[in-house]
Amino acid sequence: MKKGRALGIPFLFFLLFLVSTAGLGAGEKEGPWPGVDGTVVKKFAKEQGREARPPVINTDQGDLLLFLFLLAGAVGGFAAGYYWRRLISEKSLKLNKESQR
Amino acid sequence: MKITRAICYLSLLLLIEWQLAVSSARAMHISEGLLPFPWAVAWSLAALPFLAYGLYRLKRMAAVDLSLKPLVGLLAAFVFIISCMPVPVPTAGTCSHPCGTGLSAILIGPGISFLIAFAALLIQALFLAHGGLSTLGANVIAMGIMGSLAGYFTFRLLRIFRVNLGVAGFLAGLLADWATYAATAIVLTLGIRGEDPFLPLLLKILIAFIPTQLPLGILEGAMTAGMVILLHKKRPDLLVKMRVLKASEVSA
Repeated sequence: MKKGRALGIPFLFFLLFLVSTAGLGAGEKEGPWPGVDGTVVKKFAKEQGREARPPVINTDQGDLLLFLFLLAGAVGGFAAGYYWRRLISEKSLKLNKESQR
Repeated sequence: MKITRAICYLSLLLLIEWQLAVSSARAMHISEGLLPFPWAVAWSLAALPFLAYGLYRLKRMAAVDLSLKPLVGLLAAFVFIISCMPVPVPTAGTCSHPCGTGLSAILIGPGISFLIAFAALLIQALFLAHGGLSTLGANVIAMGIMGSLAGYFTFRLLRIFRVNLGVAGFLAGLLADWATYAATAIVLTLGIRGEDPFLPLLLKILIAFIPTQLPLGILEGAMTAGMVILLHKKRPDLLVKMRVLKASEVSA
């Protein structure tokens, strides 16, 4: 009980701190859940007179960016799973076989 | 057993895809054109020696031990995925992403971690409208170099004082994340301040990062600690090989 309270009180203060600082980063919000690039990076750059240019290869057009993010997620997820398996499962199998010999 | 494993992989893949797809590319990297040309060139030149060191380390490692290739592959995929994954922070109502460079620096060393971050940032700048080619050097300095160095040295320092593996991993991940955003704030301030004084603008940017990055740093710390502990359980030999642990600590 004492341990729970000792952890709970700092956690409560931490939550209060987070909620109270929530407005600090928010400038002109573009809608719900904006990225910190909009609320911080681009906001301060704009205030100082600098605007972002479109990317060299502008994929932010219609659903193209969504497609590319899904593709990146699929390829990245597959690569992570593949190497994790090579690193963990295949090594364990190898070790098991060696120990059986 | 095979079906369960396949379902696990598929669920993980779908979760990653959903996370990437729910928000468009709105996260932290400094966007194309935000930095004046001289600053963009200066940061790119500053990043070059670190990347050359990374290449040297990778070549040396490949010449000595090819069995670490899967670890490099895993970390590259991990850094790429999570550094373009916008995570919603409910207390701030905004999104941002972890970096992953703290973990990669702990496991594979800071040199190769610089290279991994460079590759991830380059692909994001080219195809995902995330960051920019002119600001690539600045983003590599912030996420790749500062994140990796902060994570690596925090972890090593804490382990010298025999701090528990999980705690050291947590603090390394946390500080790697915060160092990345502190470096981003410095790079941005230097680039955009014009004639304005440096410190007041830097403070304003740093304070604006706090509501999102404070909890996100904690999340990154927890992820880093979890991964280090998991590898300690599954492949302690690998951690010994990478000098994360001493052989005596594993056998004890």
